[in-house]
Amino acid sequence: MTTTTEAPAKTPLVRLTACDKSYGNIIALGGISLEVDAGEVTCVLGDNGAGKSTLIKIIAGLHKPSHGSYEVDGVPVTFDSPREALERGIATVYQDLAVVPLMPVWRNFFLGNEVRKRLGPVRRLDIDFMRKTTKKELLDMGIDLRDVDQPIGTLSGGERQCVAISRAVYFGAKVLILDEPTAALGVKQSGVVLKYIVQARERGLGVIFITHNPHHAYPVGDRFLLLKRGKAIGYYSKDEITRDELTAQMAGGAELDELHHELQRGGKAAAEAAHVLEEEVQELGITHEPTAGS
Amino acid sequence: MSQTVATPAPPARDERLGRRSALARLLARPEMGALVGAIVIYIVFFIVAAPFREATSLSTVLYQSSTYGIVAVAVALLMIGGEFDLSAGVAVTSSALVASMFSYQFTANMWVGVVVSLVVALAIGFVNGYLVVKTAIPSFLVTLGTFFMLRGLNLAMTKQVTGNVATNDVSNIDGFGSAQNVFASQFTVGGVSIRITLLWWILFVAVATWVLLRTRVGNWIYAVGGSAPSSRAVGVPVNRVKIGLFMAVSFLCWFTGMHTLFAFNTVQSGLGVGNEFIYIVAAVVGGCLLTGGYGSAIGAAIGAFIFGMAQLGIVYAGWNPDWFYFFLGALLLGAILLNTYIRRRAEASR
Ligand SMILES: Nc1ncnc2c1ncn2[C@@H]1O[C@H](COP(=O)(O)OP(=O)(O)O)[C@@H](O)[C@H]1O
Ligand SMILES: [Mg+2]
Repeated sequence: MTTTTEAPAKTPLVRLTACDKSYGNIIALGGISLEVDAGEVTCVLGDNGAGKSTLIKIIAGLHKPSHGSYEVDGVPVTFDSPREALERGIATVYQDLAVVPLMPVWRNFFLGNEVRKRLGPVRRLDIDFMRKTTKKELLDMGIDLRDVDQPIGTLSGGERQCVAISRAVYFGAKVLILDEPTAALGVKQSGVVLKYIVQARERGLGVIFITHNPHHAYPVGDRFLLLKRGKAIGYYSKDEITRDELTAQMAGGAELDELHHELQRGGKAAAEAAHVLEEEVQELGITHEPTAGS
Repeated sequence: MSQTVATPAPPARDERLGRRSALARLLARPEMGALVGAIVIYIVFFIVAAPFREATSLSTVLYQSSTYGIVAVAVALLMIGGEFDLSAGVAVTSSALVASMFSYQFTANMWVGVVVSLVVALAIGFVNGYLVVKTAIPSFLVTLGTFFMLRGLNLAMTKQVTGNVATNDVSNIDGFGSAQNVFASQFTVGGVSIRITLLWWILFVAVATWVLLRTRVGNWIYAVGGSAPSSRAVGVPVNRVKIGLFMAVSFLCWFTGMHTLFAFNTVQSGLGVGNEFIYIVAAVVGGCLLTGGYGSAIGAAIGAFIFGMAQLGIVYAGWNPDWFYFFLGALLLGAILLNTYIRRRAEASR
């Protein structure tokens, strides 16, 4: 274990450098670097299977990177469990939300962080406090549950998402990782979730926001990491990229370009296909930029 | 063909959901079905079997229920935690054999045998749990393995040590009296003889219920059974909880084994086979979901009580005792259907 010698002006809350992760012989991530600062939102974009979930599982302490370094507050760390990451203030809201569907809302809210009070030599749950707090915290997020005792599985997708986010915020997360929080939501509910992302940023949290939707990422993001098949195909700060460019990148603009050139070099039929492709590219409004990671 | 521009428009969802009334919630308690079943069965036997109406019969039924019910409490906790233990039936016998043979062979105080047996029992539970969490092999299979191993060990070791299928009488060994007082005494209340196991059973049910509903560990038991990955993600020590549950089962197996030993002075080495299913059935009839995450200790107690009633009620009614197993199976099926229905309702309306 080496300690950090270079002291940059601003140490990011979380920094990954050249991280790899493979599942057996499947390489899910290769050479990924990423930073998250306090009061910033780092968006990770990519199609299904790009490795987004794998990336955040590394940050959350569920997986260890096969190679590469992981620093929290400038100090290299190796987490053996999510609990250790949590203790460092890194909280994750997973795609499946990490809730236990059959358990009441309030028990889910406090799961793993149960509040207890002494009763002689033993400690028991402070149920009253936890019920009230859950109700209040959810109310603050605009969810009015009449009954925090109902199984969380009976809530709607948006409600469950908000329970999971407010849970992480309540427990003093410094870094909040959100895995596709808007993926299963309608426009209105997505807006609500985006609002909480901004709120969390205003409170000084670092947020890692995973999504495959550039229209959700761009308005709230400060940095954008684009993943494709486990590789970074771009890493931009907001002033380096416009929304349209981001969309184009996500839609595979660079790849389309390549495909186009490849086809042009082929025979007659291929050239025809290339033409069709070009029209398609123009229709999509994709700018021809031979971009790659910065 | 990797160029889909827009992400699929997610379906809008209606936020308003029907809320459940307080009555509906009470009816959805895990043990409600078992309670109704117990009352019906009690009334049936009360009508058809005259001896069943006597207070001494009730006491006998309760005693019989307690001998199953004590282990069933832990089996229920384990099932809520998402696992099974098929070795529980023979582990009871193993505990009794170890205590008995240890004290007899080493001419040690009975309590030494009792403690040695406890250590052995907890070790069995630990091994079961450790294998399950480390190999991720279903507990059904792991404990099926330990079930056969213990069954063989019980018979072979007993024959090896005593040259017989049963252990020697230990009632003359020092400490037998006091141990019997703890594990197998009886007393009379209003002319009715009560076995101490009934009190222990009530105590264990009360403690288990309190732990489940009022402590952090209880929260974790429901959580690891409901969704182990989710629990792990929020920092619940899933493996420790599961290993602990297996050890809780083996602890109560030990307790029941001690009762067997001090009630009969000698132990038959072939005893206990098949009882593992009785514990599991009691838990399921009592509302525990086979898939974990749902159930109660009181439910398992009611399940064991239904069991005791049926077993003795059939005898009191003068029916052929063979009907018992038919009854058992029918009860189990009914309980599973009811539980599935309840679970659907609890989880539904997404
Ligand atoms: N536990 C696993 N075992 C094997 N392969 C996995 C596992 N988890 C993910 N993968 C593979 O790694 C790749 C990246 O997956 P993931 O990180 O879930 O992508 P995303 O979240 O971006 O959709 C996929 O090809 C997926 O099939
Ligand atoms: Mg994913």
